[in-house]
Parts: sequence; structure tokens; C-alpha cells
Amino acid sequence: MIYRTLFGAPSRQFGSSFADLEGMRRQMERLFETYGDRPLARAGAGVFPAVNITEDVDAYYVSAELPGVNSADLDLNITANQMTLAGERKILEEAADARYHRREREAGRFSRAVALPGEIDPDHVKANLVDGVLTVTIAKAEKAKPRQIAVQ
Amino acid sequence: MSDTKEMKVIEKQAVALPAEQTKPGPVFTPNVDIFETERAITLLVDMPGVKANELNVDLRDDTLTLTGDVLPNVGAPGEKIYAEYETGRFYRQFSLSEVIVQEKIDAKLSDGVLRLTLPKVEKATPRRIAVQAG
Repeated sequence: MIYRTLFGAPSRQFGSSFADLEGMRRQMERLFETYGDRPLARAGAGVFPAVNITEDVDAYYVSAELPGVNSADLDLNITANQMTLAGERKILEEAADARYHRREREAGRFSRAVALPGEIDPDHVKANLVDGVLTVTIAKAEKAKPRQIAVQ
Repeated sequence: MSDTKEMKVIEKQAVALPAEQTKPGPVFTPNVDIFETERAITLLVDMPGVKANELNVDLRDDTLTLTGDVLPNVGAPGEKIYAEYETGRFYRQFSLSEVIVQEKIDAKLSDGVLRLTLPKVEKATPRRIAVQAG
């Protein structure tokens, strides 16, 4: 106990073990980002579909690869800070006399929730499904946009 | 609820090509379904993000080569803040055992899925021959 009073970090002492774990996880991630040859890509949540998120000054862009999915079979919802994407990929039956040599493409239902990294404006959301890639453009909330401050 | 199953993430399969590429970036193997009927062989190839003019279907010496390029950052400008998948070229080669009518090959690309129909030559379509018992 003397150690703590002498060298201790007070914030650590009463911090929850969860916060410690979270810190360790972040450090591990930083380690992988430094040494891994492909820093960003990983399987993520393991929930279909895999998503990429990019941002610019005005908006977040969430994209997902959904080849062969009809826009009518997609269900997209936005709440204050979360986007949910659900749907179904259908693969049509072929002719009865078709003999399959390979079947690698999968069909089925999917549902995924994506937490958005900042505040958004739920009234300005656009979604495009082009060439099997879904891109959802989510405008950032007015107050979350960076503002340039003139220095006097 | 229904009998459809839940989909899982399958990480895209990166491949190494025999020859080094002039353009850097990963190369992936697209998922395919291949089925055959009496008249044709049909391939269904998942190539999300590939535009028709970036898709190349080549058949020579019984080797079918499919190449599709995905232009980077289409529709999603800005800086990457989170990534679970990568984009790059799709590449896959098949060697065909059937003789194909080259002129009648039909390729359609819709919603990121290529449907390639390779009609077999007439000779290869089976003809029923009645065997008579004698």
C-alpha cells in the first residue's frame, strides 16, 4: 500500500478493471497496427456484411459489398447513432436439369448494426446500391462538423 | 422464422498471381457457382464493385480467364476510419473440358454478379440412341 501512496497513479487505483482491459486492448491494437502489414482490414464483428467506414468533413460513408442483393430486399434504419442493415440475399433456382460443379455463393438472411463514430443528422441519409456495393451517406450533425476559427 | 439461413462473413480470398502485377494492390478470388445443362455451362461470379467496362472475360486454348477491377473509393470518399474488407482486382481462371461455341458466349453483369453462359457445341450435346435388343 505504501507503494501506491508513493508512486501510485490515483486514477488507476479506483479505475474499474474494465477500463484497464479496454486500455490493454487499445495497446494491442496499436501494436498490430504498427507491425501488421495490412493495418486496417480485419474480420471485424464477424457479422455479415463486412462494412467499411470513411469520413470527410460533411459525412460518414458506410459501404458494404452485397452482390446480387436487390434494393427491395434491403432494410436500412438509422437512429441517433446507430445504423441497422438487414436483408436477404436470394439465389434463384436454375433449370431443373442443371448439374452443379461448384457452389460457393451463399444465400441467406443477414442483419447488422453499425455504431456510428459521431453525431449524425438522421434526416440527411442517402443510400445507393450500385454494382453490388451499398454506400450509405450519413450527414454529420451540424454541431459535429469541424469549424474553422479565425485567430485574432 | 423462415428456413433461410443466417449469412456469415467469409473473408475474401487473396491470391498471388504467377506474374507480378504492374499495378499494386490485392487480388481476390471471386466466389462462383458453376452449373451445366445439356446445352451450356453457366458461371455465376460475385464481383461486387466491378463495372462492365472494367470486366474482362477471355477464352483461349480452353482456358477461361475472368478479371475484374474495382476502382478504389467509388462512392465512398474521404478518409478510412474503419475497415473490415479490402477491395482490389478479382481474378480467376478455369480450364474447360467442353468445346464452347465462342460466338455465342453471353455475359451479363448485374448488381455485381456476372452471369456467363458458355454454349456447348452441337456435337457435344447428347443424343439419345435407342438400343435395340436383338
